[in-house]
Amino acid sequence: MAMRDPVQGKVGRKDDMRFLLKQMMQIRAFEDKVFELLARDILKGASHVYAGQEAVAVGAMQAITDKDLITSTHRGHGHCLARGGTLKLMLAELCGKETGYCRGRGGSMHIADVNAGNLGATGIVAGNIPVATGAALACKMRNQGQVVLCFFGDGASNNGTFHESLNMAGVWKLPIVYIIENNLYGMSVSVKRACAVQDIATRSSAYAMDGVIVDGQRVLDVQATVAEAVKHAREGKGPMVVEAKTYRYRGHSRSDPRVYRTKEEEAYWHDHDPIKLFRELLAAQKVMTEAEMDAVEAEVDQEMAEAEKFTLDESAYPPAEAVFEDVYAGWIQGKYGLEPIQK
Amino acid sequence: MAQAFYREAIRDALAEEMRRDPRVFVMGEDVAIYGGAYSATKGLMEEFGEDRVRDTAISEAAIAGAAVGAAMAGMRPVAEIMYFDFMTIAMDQFVNQGGKNRYMFGGKTTVPMVLRTEGGAGRCIAAQHSQSLEAWFTHAPGVFVVAPATPADAKGLLKTCIRDDNPILFIEHKMLYGVKGEIPDGEHLVPLGKAAIRQEGSDLTIISYSRMANTCAEVGKKLAADGISAEVIDLRSLKPLDTRTILESVRKTGRVLLVSEACSNTNFVCEIAMRINEHAFDYLDAPIVRVCAADVPVPMSPTLEDAAIPNPDRIMEAARKLAKGEV
Repeated sequence: MAMRDPVQGKVGRKDDMRFLLKQMMQIRAFEDKVFELLARDILKGASHVYAGQEAVAVGAMQAITDKDLITSTHRGHGHCLARGGTLKLMLAELCGKETGYCRGRGGSMHIADVNAGNLGATGIVAGNIPVATGAALACKMRNQGQVVLCFFGDGASNNGTFHESLNMAGVWKLPIVYIIENNLYGMSVSVKRACAVQDIATRSSAYAMDGVIVDGQRVLDVQATVAEAVKHAREGKGPMVVEAKTYRYRGHSRSDPRVYRTKEEEAYWHDHDPIKLFRELLAAQKVMTEAEMDAVEAEVDQEMAEAEKFTLDESAYPPAEAVFEDVYAGWIQGKYGLEPIQK
Repeated sequence: MAQAFYREAIRDALAEEMRRDPRVFVMGEDVAIYGGAYSATKGLMEEFGEDRVRDTAISEAAIAGAAVGAAMAGMRPVAEIMYFDFMTIAMDQFVNQGGKNRYMFGGKTTVPMVLRTEGGAGRCIAAQHSQSLEAWFTHAPGVFVVAPATPADAKGLLKTCIRDDNPILFIEHKMLYGVKGEIPDGEHLVPLGKAAIRQEGSDLTIISYSRMANTCAEVGKKLAADGISAEVIDLRSLKPLDTRTILESVRKTGRVLLVSEACSNTNFVCEIAMRINEHAFDYLDAPIVRVCAADVPVPMSPTLEDAAIPNPDRIMEAARKLAKGEV
């Protein structure tokens, strides 16, 4: 399967391009900060960072509207930010603060903003593919023109739920776009060693849907490709698969020394950095000057500093007595077990 | 009051809720044209159409997960997993996604879904079609577990579950679909977390649920003929659990027999024993006794199946011993 023809060169309005650049810079700054806070042991728990893959989330999210839905993954910070999430509420959530998106109950792996159409991240690889498919079923039944973007990685495509779900979506022609972020590794095992096909989009043919491959390092290519798939889904023509070829810079998690890949491979991908490529494009097309782009970066750094201050200095941890809250709707742990919450 | 079979009670509950709320829909293997492996969805497709009564592929994980996603996106799905044994395949979706999303997301979502399934032994269909796995699910925070024994409770509880905002495992029993019972006329709702006292008594308390609750009720009548006064409690909901009704009964009788069709080891009734231990230990006049299934895969052969699963004689014997102070 060939990669989709590049659309680079066809840049849009300056404000729009600035927005894309800023979002990618925000995600990069956020992930750099996460790594720093992890190393300083200020941020607890596991964090799987999105640095290197920014163009996928940012480009794809441009293809949908506010009423549409997304599902995310354990490597989900980029999805939440690109969906409109704020650095402050994201960082607060990662640090387990009450002010975070999920009031500190979920952390890095379970960021959600359901009211904003982000049905959440999951710590189970491939765990959200059926959930996204069911959300697409709801969209179809409610008939309000909504579509679902379901993000997951190459590793998830080897799980049974991928196949069960794509089959279900294929049979019912659901309004969903499955976006495979093929970053070449499921933790340490390369696609070459784990996956019987190297172009995962080809798996779509087994479920009577079209698949397309796109350069996941080029944000405008991702945007254009996902937009076509979203149009297809919204018009009732059924689901599609978009495979974005990309790369994660950091290890799977903080304890990963990356012994399974070479420095040369990493250098190749850093040379194809999505922010670098987009800056080069905007400069070559004379959309933005280097100084203007540097100013965006400075703006992001300032916002990141504010988010850090908000999280570390101005946000509290949830009180210990809140531990039983919100396990159930309408019920809470009492002296003899679960009791209805008195209204 | 009208008489109805358990399977009709299930179907009527689904139909009434689908008429009441357009967000309610049914999906699962063989639920539409075939009407369900045990005929509990018969006629629904004819009334509500294929959009709201959906046959699925044999994809238990996708069925359960799709119910989670549809629920989060505004629908109220009732999905069927044909045999309780197949819930193992659906478990991650139900427990890890459905059960946890509300909590993980800071209380900012609800997952209003029901997974109907059907368990238990009695048809000689062996170890992968006869299990009672409720304890696996009562263990999981975020999900409710319900197991009605009578047609009236099946109807009233299913309607309540469909209206509830939590993910609920609704466990039917394959030997109950053909059981007939009285169903109250009109809108009939049974609350979650309320046990039913099937027979009042003062000598011992027998606690059970699902099909075994009916067996225990029969045993209770026979014990009465022998001059033993048994209080028989049908839990109906395992989670939320009606601990208060259990404790009140234990304080009255001082003797407790727990009966379950699931394997003995880490059976759900162990939790009941623990709650009695925590809240009513001083009222006990004898050790708590259990009659559960043997810790074996359910065997196919009828003699072995009967040997593995609690039967009226063994429950009766245990109750007599307990009442006579022979424990």
